[in-house]
Amino acid sequence: MKISKSPWILHYDGSSCNGCDIEVLASTTPRYDLERFGIINTGDPKHADVFLITGGVNYQNRDVVQQLYSQMPDPKVVVAVGICACDGGVFKDCYNIIGGVDKVIPVDVYVPGCAARPESIIDGVVKALAILDKKRERMAQGLVPDEKVWTNTIVRPGSQEKQED
Amino acid sequence: MEFSIAIFLIFFPFVAALVLYLLGNGERVYKARKVIVKGSALLIMAAAILMAVLILGRGTPYPFAEHTKAVDVLMACGEAFLMILVFYYSIRYKKIYTAVLSACGTLPILWLTFSGAAGESTAPHMQIDNLTVLMILVVGIVGGLIAVYAVGYIKDYHNHHKNYKDRSNWFLAMLFVFLGAMFGLLLSDCMDWMYFFWEITSVCSFLLIGYNYEKESIKNSFTALWMNLLGGVGFAAAILYSELSLHVFTLSELLQVDRTVAPGVMIVVSLLAFAAMTKSAQMPFNLWLLGAMVAPTPTSALLHSATMVKAGVYLLIRIAPLLSRTTAGVMVTLIGGFTFFAASLMAIATSDGKRVLAHSTVSNLGLIVACAGVGMPESVWAGTMLILFHAVSKSLMFLCVGAVENVTGSRNIEDMHGLVVKLPRLAMVMIIGICGMFLAPFGMLVAKWAALRSYIDSASVWLVLFLVFGAASTTFYWAKWLGKLLAVIHGSQATKDTTHTGEWESIYPLAGLVVAMCFLFPLISSGLIQPVLNQLFHEEVPPVIGQSDMIIMILMFVLIALLPISAVLTSKKRVGLTDQNTRSYMSGVNSGDDRHFMNSYGDPQSVYMANWYMTDLIGELKIMKPCLLISAGILVTMMLIIIGGAI
Amino acid sequence: MLYVLGFIFVILGPFLGGLLSGVDRVFSARMQRRQGPPLLQPFADYAKFMQKKAYIINGLQTFLITGHLIFVILAGWILYAGQDILLSIFSLTLSEMFLCMAAFSASAPYSNMSAQRELLQMACTEPMLLMIAIGFYLSSGSFMVTDIVAQKTPAIIHVPGFFLGFLVILVVELRKSPFDVSTSHHAHQEMVKGVTTDITGSLMGIVELSEWYEYFLMFSYVALYFVSSNPLSLLVGILMGCLVMFLMTLIDNTFPRVRWERMLSVCWATTLIFAGGNLLLLTLLKMF
Repeated sequence: MKISKSPWILHYDGSSCNGCDIEVLASTTPRYDLERFGIINTGDPKHADVFLITGGVNYQNRDVVQQLYSQMPDPKVVVAVGICACDGGVFKDCYNIIGGVDKVIPVDVYVPGCAARPESIIDGVVKALAILDKKRERMAQGLVPDEKVWTNTIVRPGSQEKQED
Repeated sequence: MEFSIAIFLIFFPFVAALVLYLLGNGERVYKARKVIVKGSALLIMAAAILMAVLILGRGTPYPFAEHTKAVDVLMACGEAFLMILVFYYSIRYKKIYTAVLSACGTLPILWLTFSGAAGESTAPHMQIDNLTVLMILVVGIVGGLIAVYAVGYIKDYHNHHKNYKDRSNWFLAMLFVFLGAMFGLLLSDCMDWMYFFWEITSVCSFLLIGYNYEKESIKNSFTALWMNLLGGVGFAAAILYSELSLHVFTLSELLQVDRTVAPGVMIVVSLLAFAAMTKSAQMPFNLWLLGAMVAPTPTSALLHSATMVKAGVYLLIRIAPLLSRTTAGVMVTLIGGFTFFAASLMAIATSDGKRVLAHSTVSNLGLIVACAGVGMPESVWAGTMLILFHAVSKSLMFLCVGAVENVTGSRNIEDMHGLVVKLPRLAMVMIIGICGMFLAPFGMLVAKWAALRSYIDSASVWLVLFLVFGAASTTFYWAKWLGKLLAVIHGSQATKDTTHTGEWESIYPLAGLVVAMCFLFPLISSGLIQPVLNQLFHEEVPPVIGQSDMIIMILMFVLIALLPISAVLTSKKRVGLTDQNTRSYMSGVNSGDDRHFMNSYGDPQSVYMANWYMTDLIGELKIMKPCLLISAGILVTMMLIIIGGAI
Repeated sequence: MLYVLGFIFVILGPFLGGLLSGVDRVFSARMQRRQGPPLLQPFADYAKFMQKKAYIINGLQTFLITGHLIFVILAGWILYAGQDILLSIFSLTLSEMFLCMAAFSASAPYSNMSAQRELLQMACTEPMLLMIAIGFYLSSGSFMVTDIVAQKTPAIIHVPGFFLGFLVILVVELRKSPFDVSTSHHAHQEMVKGVTTDITGSLMGIVELSEWYEYFLMFSYVALYFVSSNPLSLLVGILMGCLVMFLMTLIDNTFPRVRWERMLSVCWATTLIFAGGNLLLLTLLKMF
């Protein structure tokens, strides 16, 4: 059975205004019924396959995002939900914001919108599932899951110093 | 041959004690002391095993010591000496009530011996049967191993507690005195003689608890003394009544008495049961055993878990056929069942390792007492099995806790968090000990199973309920201890294990015994316990556990034994793991040791999950008093009913 | 012959158990007016876990989880091979103990707290589990399953109280709300993912597998109350098993989670009143 038949989601709220979070939760309600696709919203990174992040990354939650990502067993995909998670959105130039999620971990699917609608969130997740299957295939062949190597040039992981006050 | 071994078992420990005492203290005698203790322990073990082989081969009990006027007088002098000793201590520490209790117990017995009011007994004063042999094996083997352990332990003990005066020669001597007395107690069939040894063990326990002369230990030692002496008074009263009105001098004669002809026998039985329950620390007398935990660990392992407290249940099992379907039996089962349940609840709310062990000992003894009280072959089978398994597993647990305390300086269960990495060898042995206490294919549970069946068969609804609820709380307190041991703290390292080789020499054999007994329990059942039942009930008792069950039990055990081996084989498969992705989930950033997360200032913040103790619900402070009141109520009411009914 | 039946359980148990759990999820969804996952969703979950990488956080986890699986299988095997039912229950307890220890070994706050709660759940269920065996012993005079199913009348006639008590702890055993304090199948809960929080990949797959065995085992325990020497009773047993499972789903969707004190008092009180009362009654009947 394909791994994409049972994608479990880990939802993390970066520095979102909660608009996207509400929409993420809305998509788990009976009206949208995510479980149709076998999707379960789990709270545990160790069981999750899809990392759903809303809001941009700041200096406070950078390590959290990175550790959550590292604790998710391969294969895994990251979905950035909302424009803030994609590239920082309106907060992009704030002193505390590093930027979009892709500044600290590799992102597979970008779901823009302010706030992203449940339909587009579900669309994004379904899109991510195809990537998830691809990654699984690469792993079965003995390759690393990701096709291109992601390098973080902006902020070194784990560096503690703040860049500006 | 049997006779000489019996004499050897009683007298040799006293000789060894004398030598050890005279040897004195200090670094230079340590080697000699080690040799003497090890040699004596080996001799005692060998003698116990030889005795077992002889008696089991013989098949029938071996009675001896018929005419013993001189020895009787000698023993009376011994009793008088013990009484004077108690008088001395009670005056020195202004605890006059102990002196009174001692006099109440001893003086009537002295009068009985010297006045000859009861006439002379011609029955053999001593007897070795299968039950004796079984107990001798327990005392000999477990006792010997603990004595070996004690040599290294007591040295470390004084290294850790510089403020206590080093009286280790006296300590070791007392352990051996106790062993001698215990053998005497087991071999005696005559109640007079038994009483003498009974009192020696009480006084031994008192002296060993007060070993370090701290305020608390002295207080607790007197608690132990008065409760045991009270039991002694009960014993003396039983002797008085049985010799004067029934003309029965020995336990085996007592068993022959028909209770429809002489209803007075129930008075004797209930008084003996009372004495036995004080010795076995049943509620309301459990406080002395809890207090006794201030003593150095070998004392707790030897006297307060493996042997002395077993003297009580031994006596009860001896008279078990008389308890079957009587009011006295109901009293014993009520107290035993209640103690099993209540003590296991209190064990949940305790975090001091030794205290948990003490509660657990009380609780398990309760189960054995209840088994004896039911008085059916199956229940006695369960009771004897429990004695065996409990003695071995519990003394192992005590030795481990003692060793851990000497290495880490704490015996609190919370401080044993992550022990499997920090002290892998001790943790491993402790895990075996704990599993032996409550997990499925290990012996204790088998015995509980048989107990359960006999309780149902004897229609003791209250016992069934006590057992099922008590079993649940027992599982809870052992399992959370086990969990603490098994916790693996991320990135922790083994610490230096300073346990003496001498201590390992007793810990490893005991752990081996726990494991071996699980494999061999069908043999133990058929070879050791079945004959006991046949002798006690004078009929061929069918095997208690069926063949197919035994096969499954052993299958379970083999599976458990295979699991760690397979784990070692598969552990090499752990590839692709980094320090980051194997950290446990903490809902924040795990700083790397599972004990800290990063707070919003970027500093590590400690987070710690203690075990669950529920002190608000079932703490000692909360339920000890009501439990004592309930059990005391049961005891007094039932005693009145029995004695009133018999008169 | 009977041993073969035991091995058939070993093979079929997980399929039937997985199916039960799938049906449970579909029914749950329908009760909430959702479409719900496909029926075979549990198997998809299992397949996924087996394909994922396992980040095993310490060397003990593998063997503890394997123990969890082995002993739940053994518990079922004992039952279906017609052996001692008490041993089956012991084996089940042992298997749960292994899971608890696996959680303890993680030494992490959530795993640790859930392990403690899991132990509490065991303390809640153990009296009644033992009572189940006692009930069967009282009705058939033997602990052997072969003797229990060979009775003329089904056990439920003699021990209805035991059955009622069993239904209450079944909620705990199957980790259903209101008594799912340690782990639950629902998203968003206080204990993250309970005892399985730090279990990953194929190990989690094994835990799921064991859960199916346990599901089916519980189903079998229920059915055992209705089985007698009459072959038709087997059908009644299966029917009642399904009914009880449906009841569990209904309860799960009806009640909110309770605090542990409430769980403990409800479980112990029902055990004492229903099973204890039944026991007392049977004993008295036997005496007079």
